[in-house]
Amino acid sequence: MDLLSLFPEWVLVHGPAAIVVLPLMFGALVALSPSEKLSWATTWIVTGLSGLMSLGLLLQVISHGPIGYAMGGWKPPLGIAYSVDALNAPILLLISVVAFICTIYALPSVVAEVGPKKRSTFYAVFLLSFAGLMGMVATADAFNVFVFLEISSISTYALVAMGSSRDRRALPSSFNYLIMGSIGATFFVIGIGFLYMQTGTLNMMDMARVLQDIGPGDRVVQLAFAFIVIGLGLKLAMFPLHTWLPTAYAYAPSFFTAFLAATATKAALYLLMRFTFTVFDPSWDFISTALMVIIAGLGTIGMLAASLQAIFQSDIRRVLAFSSVAQVGYILLGIGMATTLGLTAGYLHILNHAVMKGALFLAVGAFWYRFGITKVSDMRGLGKTMPWTMAGFTIAGLSLIGVPGTVGFVSKLALVQAAAENGWWWAIGVIVVSSVLAIVYVGRMIEQAYFQPVPKINDRYIKRNEAPLMMLIPLWTLALASVAFGINSHWPMSLAQGAAQVLNDGPILLIRETMPAIPAIPSTGGH
Amino acid sequence: MTMVFEHFNFAVVIVLMMTGLFAVFASHNMIKKLVGLSVFQTSVFLLYISLSKVTGGRPPVLSKKELHGYGDSYAKAGDGADAAYKTVEKTAEIIYSNPLPHVLILTAIVVGVATLAIGLALVVRTREEYGSIEEDEIDAYNYQDNLEGVSR
Repeated sequence: MDLLSLFPEWVLVHGPAAIVVLPLMFGALVALSPSEKLSWATTWIVTGLSGLMSLGLLLQVISHGPIGYAMGGWKPPLGIAYSVDALNAPILLLISVVAFICTIYALPSVVAEVGPKKRSTFYAVFLLSFAGLMGMVATADAFNVFVFLEISSISTYALVAMGSSRDRRALPSSFNYLIMGSIGATFFVIGIGFLYMQTGTLNMMDMARVLQDIGPGDRVVQLAFAFIVIGLGLKLAMFPLHTWLPTAYAYAPSFFTAFLAATATKAALYLLMRFTFTVFDPSWDFISTALMVIIAGLGTIGMLAASLQAIFQSDIRRVLAFSSVAQVGYILLGIGMATTLGLTAGYLHILNHAVMKGALFLAVGAFWYRFGITKVSDMRGLGKTMPWTMAGFTIAGLSLIGVPGTVGFVSKLALVQAAAENGWWWAIGVIVVSSVLAIVYVGRMIEQAYFQPVPKINDRYIKRNEAPLMMLIPLWTLALASVAFGINSHWPMSLAQGAAQVLNDGPILLIRETMPAIPAIPSTGGH
Repeated sequence: MTMVFEHFNFAVVIVLMMTGLFAVFASHNMIKKLVGLSVFQTSVFLLYISLSKVTGGRPPVLSKKELHGYGDSYAKAGDGADAAYKTVEKTAEIIYSNPLPHVLILTAIVVGVATLAIGLALVVRTREEYGSIEEDEIDAYNYQDNLEGVSR
């Protein structure tokens, strides 16, 4: 592969650790930086470098298979292992690229929304949150997942609360998120504790190997699964556990909302897939039941209920936040099918939803930046006063509905195909109804912007006032990406298929492929 | 009843866990919620520590006396992972309690402290902005904000 040869050797060897350690280290340095411009530039470069390294890792994974990394030279079953395979490499790339694009937007946006003394620390905490998300996805050690989960969560609470200089409601919403998030993380760590009790190991692959010997009948293992699903469910905003999400998204600084909406729930969704399919075994009775009844079931309820709630919100950010809960429902439905097509569709929607929701929240931030607009009813005439921003918003909004030619259409079509193959006709019905509801809540905003007159102040029409270029570039990059990958969906589709392959192979292949250090598994050895 | 006493640690863990969760959900005062959260998290620390005890196991500390004759590997233990593995192999016949959960919980305690610190900081800021730390009152203010909108 040509592109791969451009990357130096050390990136491909030490990349899995470097993408986590780099932002973590610079997070500390940025906090000390005297100038906010310097902090911003450092953040931008660090996220860019992480993005490049993630790209290198992804290419390496595609052409040569999974990459393992033993932290500090301690061999995997005892030491902490990092591993990058076809399942997490695209998520790593997604998180770092979205962070990179959003950071461009941050320079004007943070100046407007965060107090002058807090800006350097704002970037520092953002880097910590970014490092936490990367660590959650890159690590192959179950307890390490918890640590990074908390690093990203705690920094997220702080960043959401920093929205308080714009709207005081950020404080109680951050507090609410802190309570729910901590309960979720604690449930997750209880689950890990039970697994450790039964398997005596924390390495995910080793855990999967021992769990194969223990089998599905063990009550402690079943309990561990329940705790892990509920813990991650809180983090990924599974339907009845989503109550923290709308307010946290609505009142956080707009740059961070875009990043949070595009990546935070996605990292937790990745973990749900990783644990359900490769640590536990989806062919076990209690897991296949949980997948169908809880994950797919709650997913579909969420698709309908959250979409309905989105229609009745008056705040743009809350409309989009409830829509996020609904979109998580689509992904959960795909995961719940547990077929190759279903998993491909769900995974594809993770990537696609991040692109379009990122663009939407960036546009909403720009509306506030110029006119202080947060309500749907205030969007009157935005098609004339901010034509470029509104056009980007419209493209991403159409993608959210699932108009042909956008990414939203590609993943919804894949999901419908998967449901049809499974014979889940009710699921197709729910997808259609939920898309109709999406037309209503997106259409309501587009109608205000294009078909309502520009408001007057003192008998004079408000003048055109476009968002600054540093906000338009990231917005349009994401909006165009949602069209480009909608028209030619070959690349994201192949990534999603690769990921679904890893999930389909289940625990056994993962152990054999990525853990040569562990002796052959007794039950499957000598094929 | 005997079951409770046989698994006394776990009984305590369950009681603490439920107390904590109840306090989080039932109280409307932000500080009380944080107290509940801390109790809940502490119960998990206890769960981990309980499972690290190996029956008949000793504290996982290597004394010089036990290392007699293994001097070489002891000296090298600081050098790197391989030497340390050797030390572990040679002392394998002695039963130790599992030190790993303690280390994990040390991390979890730090995480808990950080969460509590952020939580308390949020309570202080909320008090400054709203003049209250009762969630009912804050919700009432928020409802008003939702209706009237917040000026820039």
